[in-house]
Amino acid sequence: MLLQAIAFYVFAAVTIGAGAGVVISRNPVYSVLFLILAFFNSAALFVLIGAEFIAMILVIVYVGAVAVLFLFVVMMLDINVAKLKEGFLDYLPVGAGIGILLFVEILWGLGVFGATSGTVSTFSKAGAQALAIDNTRAIGRVLYTQYFYLFQVAGVVLLVAMIGAIVLTLRRRPGVRRQRISEQLYRPKEASVTVVKVPTRGGV
Amino acid sequence: MPIGLEHYLTVAGVLFTLGILGIFLNRKNVIVILMCVELMLLAVNINLVAFSVYQGNVVGQVFAMLVLTVAAAEAAIGLAILVEDISAMKG
Repeated sequence: MLLQAIAFYVFAAVTIGAGAGVVISRNPVYSVLFLILAFFNSAALFVLIGAEFIAMILVIVYVGAVAVLFLFVVMMLDINVAKLKEGFLDYLPVGAGIGILLFVEILWGLGVFGATSGTVSTFSKAGAQALAIDNTRAIGRVLYTQYFYLFQVAGVVLLVAMIGAIVLTLRRRPGVRRQRISEQLYRPKEASVTVVKVPTRGGV
Repeated sequence: MPIGLEHYLTVAGVLFTLGILGIFLNRKNVIVILMCVELMLLAVNINLVAFSVYQGNVVGQVFAMLVLTVAAAEAAIGLAILVEDISAMKG
């Protein structure tokens, strides 16, 4: 139990520190790397409470796809770092005020201020053990039966996102010579061949 | 002191607040704003998974997967718009 508590505090602290690093780091590349660190540590937090499948999906989807996509874009665009950070401190009072207000509200909603005793709602091990199956199988049993339509709609969302990204970044470049096969095939004979009657010794 | 639901909810609350703060602080930097949105979605996922395990009900984790899907789609579209915008500004 103590080991679990120590692991939780370490992973939670690194997650929050990495989140702060995303916000305050000067270079966007460092922001992406901090984001990856935050994703890894929250995956570890998920493993700690027994949600292994979501943890692995988090590593694969977020770290493997989304964060690498961010990294590609950040490195491809070579952004002027100094110009982007101007006005950082101008927004600090407003941002910090709203942030602190929101955080106090969240803590209030959790009932931290009204708590009289130091009790915590511990996770029920009974629920997982009553199922007597592993986490992945439990998710699969629900996802492919009860929430099957939701699963399909998620696929449609991804398809629409893919098409949208392709359409947004597609651009026609002028000056590029490209073979247009249909135009070649539909060219009439009159447009390309002329039959000339050449008189003898007259030339064309 | 055992680790309970409140600990996870507090971590998620801190992450969500950091995301909001980042959106306010990095107003000039669209790509960091997108990263902060990802951070907030991660906080939401932590909440969903923590409640799911707390109740012994796996549906919350299914919802967390759907949130993950939407986050991936949002990142793809957002970055595509960003790339177009910057290349349009460069002319």
